[in-house]
Amino acid sequence: MNAAIAIQLGQAVLVVLLAPLFAGWVNQCRAWLQNRRGPGMLQPYRVLRKLFHKDAVLAHRASFLFRATPYIRFGCMVLAAYIIPTLASGLPISPAADVIALVGIFALGRVFMALAAMDIGTAFGTMGARREMLVAFLAEPALLMVFFTPALISQSTSLSTIVHTLAYQPFVIHPGLAFAAIAFLMVLLAENARLPIDNPATHLELTMIHEALVLEYSARHLALMDWASNLKLLAYATMGLALFAPWGIARTIDGPSLWLALACLPVKLAVAGAALALLETLSAKLRIFRAPEFLAMAFLLAVLGLLTHVLLEGAA
Amino acid sequence: MALEGSQLAIALVLVGGLHWFAVGMAGLAVPQSLFWIARILFPLGALGGLAVAAGGVVALPQEPAAAILPLGLPDLPFHVRVDALSAFFLVLLGIAAVGVSIFSAGYFRAGQGTAPGLLCVQYHVFLASMALVLVADDAYLFMVAWETMALSSYFLVTSNHRMPEIRRAGFIYLLIAHVGAVAILLSYGVLQAGQGDYVFSSMRAHAPQGAWASTAFVLALFGFGAKAGLLPLHVWLPEAHPAAPSPVSALMSGVMLKTAIYGLLRVTFDLLGAPQWWWGVLILVLGLLTAVFGAMFAAVQTDMKRLLAYSSIENIGVVLIAIGLATTFRAYSMPLLAALALTAALYHCINHALFKSLLFLATGSVLHSTKERNLGKLGGLVHSMPSVAFFALIGALAIAGVPPLNGFVSEWLLLQAFLATPSLPNSYLNMLIPLGAAALTLSAGLAGYVMVKFYGVIFLGQPREPALAHAHDAGWLERLGMAWLVAGCVALGLLPLKIVAILDPVNSLLLAQTLSETAGRSGWLFITVLAPERASYSPLIVFCGMLSVVAATFLAVRFRYGGRVRRSDPWDCGHPGLTPRMQDTAEGFGQPIKQIFEPMFRIERQLPTPFDERPVYRATADDHFWYWAYLPVARLTERVSRWIGVLQHGRISLYLLYSLATLVVLLLVVS
Repeated sequence: MNAAIAIQLGQAVLVVLLAPLFAGWVNQCRAWLQNRRGPGMLQPYRVLRKLFHKDAVLAHRASFLFRATPYIRFGCMVLAAYIIPTLASGLPISPAADVIALVGIFALGRVFMALAAMDIGTAFGTMGARREMLVAFLAEPALLMVFFTPALISQSTSLSTIVHTLAYQPFVIHPGLAFAAIAFLMVLLAENARLPIDNPATHLELTMIHEALVLEYSARHLALMDWASNLKLLAYATMGLALFAPWGIARTIDGPSLWLALACLPVKLAVAGAALALLETLSAKLRIFRAPEFLAMAFLLAVLGLLTHVLLEGAA
Repeated sequence: MALEGSQLAIALVLVGGLHWFAVGMAGLAVPQSLFWIARILFPLGALGGLAVAAGGVVALPQEPAAAILPLGLPDLPFHVRVDALSAFFLVLLGIAAVGVSIFSAGYFRAGQGTAPGLLCVQYHVFLASMALVLVADDAYLFMVAWETMALSSYFLVTSNHRMPEIRRAGFIYLLIAHVGAVAILLSYGVLQAGQGDYVFSSMRAHAPQGAWASTAFVLALFGFGAKAGLLPLHVWLPEAHPAAPSPVSALMSGVMLKTAIYGLLRVTFDLLGAPQWWWGVLILVLGLLTAVFGAMFAAVQTDMKRLLAYSSIENIGVVLIAIGLATTFRAYSMPLLAALALTAALYHCINHALFKSLLFLATGSVLHSTKERNLGKLGGLVHSMPSVAFFALIGALAIAGVPPLNGFVSEWLLLQAFLATPSLPNSYLNMLIPLGAAALTLSAGLAGYVMVKFYGVIFLGQPREPALAHAHDAGWLERLGMAWLVAGCVALGLLPLKIVAILDPVNSLLLAQTLSETAGRSGWLFITVLAPERASYSPLIVFCGMLSVVAATFLAVRFRYGGRVRRSDPWDCGHPGLTPRMQDTAEGFGQPIKQIFEPMFRIERQLPTPFDERPVYRATADDHFWYWAYLPVARLTERVSRWIGVLQHGRISLYLLYSLATLVVLLLVVS
């Protein structure tokens, strides 16, 4: 039990510390693909360090909600890092929240962020909040539907059980999962403010979604918000790996399987990050009113995946 | 005299009801004294709520207990009975009534339409009649109580009767309430199956079969659906809820809609025998339509109470979805899954009673302090009304369905019930029900959007009107009432297993199946579904984990980097001259929804030309049902009455002629 708790803590700390690196890796890959040299993979750490050392500037009208939100959002993402089986499945905290609760925890972070953006009452802040919620109200159901296909396959909404079933049961091809995987990818892009929904590198306020939400933040608050965003991206990546490429995640807590998991994780993340960068390089940003179509597509694909599973594999 | 548990429960409930009645009548003693009514009678009324809730809690685990009241007509005494189902709804009524009554003590002020004394009578008769609906054990008492409930709430809705739109709202409410009541009456008529006995026990013993059972079910669904705000009978809800004073809206939305759910459960699960599978599917489909429709319309509203009314429609839809699933599972003899879905329904009922009452009360405080209901003229109240803002934040988060609050628990249970559907023996249903889950998640996503809009526009940002600077926080009684409901939201969010155990007697009564055994397999911290490895959730761990991470992060950042803060003007990308009009309005927030779901709305836009000296922009998003279903009926009624009106000339001689003609025709028929 103690070992399990140690692994649980270790996994969370690892994810929290690795999150900026993953974001840096994606950015670096993007730079390479665009024939730029790029700032290096460690740039996000430097940015965080710089931000933490600055004095916070708050607008006169900022309320308690504005100041509490960075911590709450960061807390949500750290909690997600505890729950998602990154290194090992069946860890002590995993029964506390299943995939539906995980979606709920992400929603909590998002609602607070949107409210904080409206708190000051700037034009860009409220616009960003509206757009963020617009993306979310379509992406959230799509994400739930994505989860439902593996949940039906494994007869469980617990991520640990899903990983168990998909990774360690005799291999079966689940056509429904293919649809779900594409839908998941689309949701990942939308929810993490990546192209084609949002441009993480934009400097034009009118096209911003995520950046508009954090415009008023500075210093440590902004650092926490950025770190939380990095964590969210990594959480989605590990979630996707757990659902669609679960091989390598330790099922029992013993030396060899943990070393294997530790070895697999960087490789899988590196490939995932590079693929993400490639996808982003190949796509152009959509107009904001095309975004609902994109997300509706994701939603439909996820539902199709579910239907495919029910049709082809029937009542289990 | 020692009373046995179940008798004690009945006694408590009846005492509570009588107490409400007496308190109401006491209001007539000094009808103009605000001190007497507000400070003394309304808190006393809260005690009645406690009695009713206590009666419910006592009765829940007990065997049903019945009594005959020496009231009613000579040959038709009133039968009352408290079983687990009524007990659960009595708890809901009592808890909500306590919070709302305490709030009302600080809320009602002089000079608003109806005299305080009259308002006190109507309010408490309304409460007492709801309690009576829940304990009625014969159709006669049920209908009497039901009509009393409808009438007393009608008078409450029209308490500001000098405004024509409020009279209109009251009229629509009364009309649909009565169309529904007629359907319920007919349903009871079918249910008594020729026995001539309207006591529920006799209906239960002679449940109709086949087509008659379906007829009774459809009539009941129509009748209770009209009260609950089921599509397409929802049109009264967004009119009546905003018209009523806020505590009354809170009761109507939080509790009265649930009496309709109670009635539907009573008829479908108790009085009628085994259900047919399509009953469940019918409820499910209507529930899904209602949920998505309600959420969509809530997102485009610009009046804060109207927005909440549409959100109530959505929540009733969610409850009906759960009931539909439960009925389907029951029809296929899968009691455990039916218990899961029914638990989700009941859980959502009590959740909605808490958070919707809370939000309506919060809008009441906002309304009092700002005199404004229009979202476009509010904003920034978090600074001037901090405690109301805090309570409303909890309510908004709960209704948005985020952990660890209560709205999430019922959503979670319901989604789990959906995930269990592939075990149904009907393969068509297996295919269609995932689509239902999709629609449910869509409405849940929209609910989050709606709540961010609601909270953000009212409480955050800059005040949109200069007068808002003078807004003041709610009084202590109002805050106490809201705090009571907030405590309920938090408790129901953090201790789901406890709540499931409390409402389990309803499952064993209606389905002969309990859920708490399978739900508690991982210990008291977790709530599990069917098996621990299938799904489990522990709000306490989530909450504590979150709290510890947030606290640790805060302390770490504070100690490592200090907490220096400099205040300045907002950055806003360097744009100077920020004015409140630059913020998104409620219309702006609704605009994407209007654009995406354009065919769902009847949109009328009046756009200014660029050369307009005084540009006017006006856009309304109306309800199609009003134009498709209601106006044609209204026009038809008008035309028919005009034809009939031809007969009337106001001349005595003509009327005498009519009588003579009728007499002659009748004599011909008889002979």
